[in-house]
Amino acid sequence: MTAATPVISCKNVWKLFGANPEQYLKSLTGNPGFDEIRQAGYIAAVRDVSLEIAKGEMLVIMGLSGSGKSTFVRCLSRLIDITGGEVRVEGQNIGDMSEKELIDLRRNKMGMVFQSFGLLPHRTVLDNVAFPLEMRGQDRFERRARALEVIELVGLSGREDYFPRELSGGQQQRVGIARSLAIEPDIWFLDEPFSALDPLIRREMQDEFLRLQEMLGKTIVFITHDFDEALRLADRIAIMKDGVVEQCDTPDQIVLNPATEYVAKFTEEIEKSRVVHAGVLAREVNGHSLTGTPIGEKQTISELARLLVNDNRDFLPVANGAGSLIGAMSRQEALDVLLGEAS
Amino acid sequence: MTDQTMTLAGKSHSWTRAKTGWAIFAAACLLAIGNSILPAGLVRPPEWLVLPFADWINAIFAFLRDDLGLLYLTRAFADGVEWLLDVTANLLYGKNRWPRIGPIPWTVIASIGFVIGYALQGWRLSLLTGGTFVWIAVMGQWKWAMETLSVIVVAAPFSILFGLVMGICAWRSKTFERILNPILNIAQSLPHFAYMIPVVVFIGVGPKAGAIVTIIFSVPPMIRMSLLGLRKVPHEVIESGHMCGSTRWQLLRYVRIPTARTEILVGVNQVIMQCLAMVVLASFIGMPGLGQKLLQLLQALKIGRSVEIGITIVLLAVMLDRCTKAWATKQPEHFEKGTSFAVRNKFLLLGAGLSLACLVLAQFIPLMDQIGRRDAFTISKPIDAVADWFIVLIDPITQWLRWFLITWVLIPIRDAFLWMPYAAVLALLAAVGWAIGGLRSALVCLAFFGLIAMSGWWDRAMITVYTVVVAVSIAAVIGFPLGIWGSFHEKRSALALLICDTLQTFPSFIYLIPVVMLFGVNDVAVIGAVVLFAAVPLVRYTIEGLRQVPETLIEAADMSGATRSQTLWKVRLPMALPTIMVGVNQSVMFSLFMVIIAAFIGTQDLGQEMQRALSSTDVGKGLVLGLAVAFMGLMVDHLVTTWAKTKKEALGLE
Repeated sequence: MTAATPVISCKNVWKLFGANPEQYLKSLTGNPGFDEIRQAGYIAAVRDVSLEIAKGEMLVIMGLSGSGKSTFVRCLSRLIDITGGEVRVEGQNIGDMSEKELIDLRRNKMGMVFQSFGLLPHRTVLDNVAFPLEMRGQDRFERRARALEVIELVGLSGREDYFPRELSGGQQQRVGIARSLAIEPDIWFLDEPFSALDPLIRREMQDEFLRLQEMLGKTIVFITHDFDEALRLADRIAIMKDGVVEQCDTPDQIVLNPATEYVAKFTEEIEKSRVVHAGVLAREVNGHSLTGTPIGEKQTISELARLLVNDNRDFLPVANGAGSLIGAMSRQEALDVLLGEAS
Repeated sequence: MTDQTMTLAGKSHSWTRAKTGWAIFAAACLLAIGNSILPAGLVRPPEWLVLPFADWINAIFAFLRDDLGLLYLTRAFADGVEWLLDVTANLLYGKNRWPRIGPIPWTVIASIGFVIGYALQGWRLSLLTGGTFVWIAVMGQWKWAMETLSVIVVAAPFSILFGLVMGICAWRSKTFERILNPILNIAQSLPHFAYMIPVVVFIGVGPKAGAIVTIIFSVPPMIRMSLLGLRKVPHEVIESGHMCGSTRWQLLRYVRIPTARTEILVGVNQVIMQCLAMVVLASFIGMPGLGQKLLQLLQALKIGRSVEIGITIVLLAVMLDRCTKAWATKQPEHFEKGTSFAVRNKFLLLGAGLSLACLVLAQFIPLMDQIGRRDAFTISKPIDAVADWFIVLIDPITQWLRWFLITWVLIPIRDAFLWMPYAAVLALLAAVGWAIGGLRSALVCLAFFGLIAMSGWWDRAMITVYTVVVAVSIAAVIGFPLGIWGSFHEKRSALALLICDTLQTFPSFIYLIPVVMLFGVNDVAVIGAVVLFAAVPLVRYTIEGLRQVPETLIEAADMSGATRSQTLWKVRLPMALPTIMVGVNQSVMFSLFMVIIAAFIGTQDLGQEMQRALSSTDVGKGLVLGLAVAFMGLMVDHLVTTWAKTKKEALGLE
């Protein structure tokens, strides 16, 4: 992790639904399974999750429906009160915040995008985007100027006076994105933002999203059930199942070293070479003689495929963006990733 | 394995349940057969069982009125309402009160009507709204109609505001909702007259009493719809409101209420329709206007004139209904950039321009200001002539029908109902309740009718029951085939639904006009009016239920080689039955209301007693009678909803 204090840190976060969850949680010993908790009449949406999110990082939380990922992200913004553990945002425990403090936090630090957009049907695009600014009491002109700015950013200029009903799904989500960016949040939550869109538009929106992120550099928690989407966007991926984070790591590591059987099953179908970067396979040089032009650490194995097949060096030098050598990649290892291990 | 045990358990369970049901039914039959040898205490409720509910209620009301001084509060509120009524009365028909600028020329109101209709939906609605006002003016009914409207204009906003606030409270507090719900259930099944008596006690008679009874009567649907609307706001919209940093108040004001707009406006629609129905009926407590005229003309059997007034009321009802519905479903639309102010506000400018023009013209052309009775048209003569001709033409049929119904149907059935020992009726109802919903429903049935027995109005109540049973049966015989026939083609069913919806907007009073015309003032006319009123929901829900059957099921039946009648009987009707039962439920409710209203053309049931209670302002008696009617409705409602719920679950529809 790069920054000293994480932007968001969760310690042993629990969320149970049921009659008297606090008391039940206290009575728990050890770490009971999902089914065991269900036997007791409770639904475990989030079980003992601890993770940290660094400044500027994009964490993708990935899981099938019902895995608790949407509940978890709502715990981070306290849309849902957690049953046990603690969530700190920039060092402050949000569970202890008063309603006023919480509202202030949301008005200044957080933005969220929803799966089915959550737009206000009676307001125009402009008024929807300006809504959070209105809530914090900014005056009309400032509101309008800022809203127009973000509307332009998401490429909806000219549609300010439209109502949500009059827009396509992709455009509606652009409004949702613009609204969540209006207050210039530091932390950006996206709850399956592209799931309700059809595949072509989804792809386009992902590109758009990457463009925005490159420009703005926010701390992002992104929820998805689409593994390809997760691999495309993530710095790190947390895979959830039955409320538990099975593994939280970089895409390369998840593909190369799945921590649990569940994760392994997920990665089975994935073409590893598209995910794994040269930098990850680079080892210490250890006296190998390295010759020839180095390859970039950010290049994926699949991008290097032709080179790997044609080259005859056993070890290839790997360089970072600045051009300095960071290690050596075994050609055999890379070919294993590309073609699958020889049996 | 588990499936098998489940069905086995279910079977043995339903077997014992059925046996108990039959046992209670057998007991009921025994009680009925042994009528002549039963002790008197089982035939009619014995005196010790009849409790003086009316006296208790009167004591409570006396305490509220005199000791708590509630009277001053209500009178003060009534004075406030009266002041508002005076303002609208001055504006609309020139009553000599502050601000003394009225009456507004009829052409101004009509042109505003045209513009509102046009703005809401287009030229069709515009013709309806404007045309209604033109009709009223031309037929010389302006003053009466404005008397009626001036009350609605005051009462509806009160109801809407009050209902919205109550709805929000119920949405915020579960406890409040739990208290409110049964009260609303009873309030919505109390007949109109039951509301009038307490109002007469607290407020007196006249327009302000009419306005207040209208406010009270029309609040419940608004509460229900606001609550429903607030509940239906999508979760993510609320979460997005939270994440935008809204405070609770901002969330309610800017997110929840605007998003619930459609439901709230449907509530507004219902409030206004209820207001119209009640204002017309409030003529019984001295409310002037269209209702009073209609009442007088009907009592004098002036058919032509009452048809004229009837048309006006119907036009008003349809107009108000269509306008508010159009408002509810109207979605906002954007203007292109750079649209001029004139285009953005074209309706406002058009309305202002037209009204101003009419206002100026009215100064020079008196007929554009007001149309007096002397200048008014009337079509009562030709209507009377046609009606007379028609009545003479079908007289043999109506005569025979009247004779047949009275001698062979109504009197025997009525006697049978009156002959039944009350213990047998209670046992029978318990058996029905048991069969439908087990012990709970049996107890509910017993409680409702037990209370009626204890009220001391058993015979009257039985006459009401008999009227409703006969009327709903006849309505079913007419309504079901009509509904089935109507459901076969898309276009036909759309048309039939439109007609039913329109008929349902009519105030119940209107239905009396044709039956009085055909049958005169007697039992048959009452039954006729109830049948007409009760058949509408039956037709409506039959069509709706049959049309809702999933297309794939019908395709599956077709591919199994079912004939049309097989598809109807084996697939469509069973699937539609739960919806059809909702129609039956509504039909019973409507009949109960209608029976009570029809009392003034001569019945011997609870309604007649209620009229007496109204004229002697006997709150206790009036409320006891009203509650007796409400309990009948609530019992049927309970049975039908329980039945429909289990049926729907069994069919996997919910």
